[in-house]
Amino acid sequence: MQAVIKKKAIELLESGTVNRVLGWKAGEFFYDLTPAVFTTPEQIEKDFVYSVFSGANMSKYLIDESKKEGKVAAFIKPCDGYSFVQLQKEHRIVRENIYAVGLACDGMCDMREIREAGIKGVTSVEEDGETLKIGTIYGEKTMAKKDALLERCVHCKSKKVVDCDEMIGENGEENRDCGRFDEVEKLEAMSPDERFAFWRSQLSRCIRCNACREVCPACSCVKCVFDNPNSGIAQKAAASDFEENNFHIIRAFHVAGRCTDCGECSRVCPEHIPLHLLNRKFIKDMNELYGFYQAGADFESKPPVMNYTTGDAEPSIVYARGGDK
Amino acid sequence: MQVDKNWTPTIVAFCCNWCSYAGADLSGNNRLSYPANVKIIRIPCSCRLNPMFILRAFQRGADGVILCGCHPGDCHYTTGNYYARRRMTLLFSMLDYLGIEKERTRVEWVSAAEGAKFAATMNEFVEAVTALGENKRLEDFRCKQ
Repeated sequence: MQAVIKKKAIELLESGTVNRVLGWKAGEFFYDLTPAVFTTPEQIEKDFVYSVFSGANMSKYLIDESKKEGKVAAFIKPCDGYSFVQLQKEHRIVRENIYAVGLACDGMCDMREIREAGIKGVTSVEEDGETLKIGTIYGEKTMAKKDALLERCVHCKSKKVVDCDEMIGENGEENRDCGRFDEVEKLEAMSPDERFAFWRSQLSRCIRCNACREVCPACSCVKCVFDNPNSGIAQKAAASDFEENNFHIIRAFHVAGRCTDCGECSRVCPEHIPLHLLNRKFIKDMNELYGFYQAGADFESKPPVMNYTTGDAEPSIVYARGGDK
Repeated sequence: MQVDKNWTPTIVAFCCNWCSYAGADLSGNNRLSYPANVKIIRIPCSCRLNPMFILRAFQRGADGVILCGCHPGDCHYTTGNYYARRRMTLLFSMLDYLGIEKERTRVEWVSAAEGAKFAATMNEFVEAVTALGENKRLEDFRCKQ
């Protein structure tokens, strides 16, 4: 796959279709891939990486990149594709300046999962069909790829790239029965006290690094409410329980209806807080109350919170729903 | 746990300028009584209510927050309360999801002619929040005396 993508990137640069390519390169470690912009074929030959760790959602970088001179090539995986379309709907990116290459994707891996499986001292990871060949300082090991997948890939909601200029690999289909709300349902079935204890144990680890906000393609305000010094909201490490709750409720609320459930927030969280559970709760509620909606699945539909019907449920419906007492 | 018999909850009521605020006025004119611990904050439309206002109210010591607006369909700005209705439904559901008592938050539609409904709603809400006790799950110790 990497060779095909590299070849495509070089081809696009050399033919003059684009003057730069948005892709991944190795960060500090081989598994922490960083988004990067390449301008010459030599750079691509040397640094471009596409591996099982290319999970980063590139669509947010297109907000800035698409406003520069000339065309940019972007490689869009299915889950990036939803954010890509959603950002177009919000007029945040200039589509004419982008050459989008869709990528068929069968899941990205998470280094944490490999480490949790007890494999230490990893020096290389290679994909071989359904298994991962993992080179370690203690010799070679193997692991089933499905055990090392990122959370969002375990419950992959769609393998369809909604909008692209060309595809590498076969375009797939949406999968609505992916079970991504199972965890949310489990939480809903708990008593309020258990839920409160669960979320305290999770959110109290928050160090307010704002990584979830920075990486989120939906969180793309030029000036964020949390950056306003006059808002009275703490800018850094949360000083009380309230700040933690406040930040996470508002963060999830501000992207409600626009969140494509790409799972980047949980992927980048240094404290492993399952932030996707907050976003998915909103998505689940909106699906149940206002009809199924997938942000970024098309160019026309209105997000549920920017829309209404005269017969909507009253807020008091909340008292009757979910796990009570 | 010791229960303070003299404790009364602090309730923040966000009232739409065009309906509920006038409804509160009418209930006063009609000499109807509702508890003095309801603090009314006037907003231009129920849709003006930022979810952050509710969280802030809890942070600064509110034990219950109620939003009063025009009946759906009667909004002064035509559609404001429809949006408010969806937002509040989602927010209350999220508060419940985080384990925060959902009974502390409420939305009621009160028109300018419903002074009696305003007083009755407030009486009932204060009673419900008194039964729940102090807000412990969304408080901020820095804001306590």
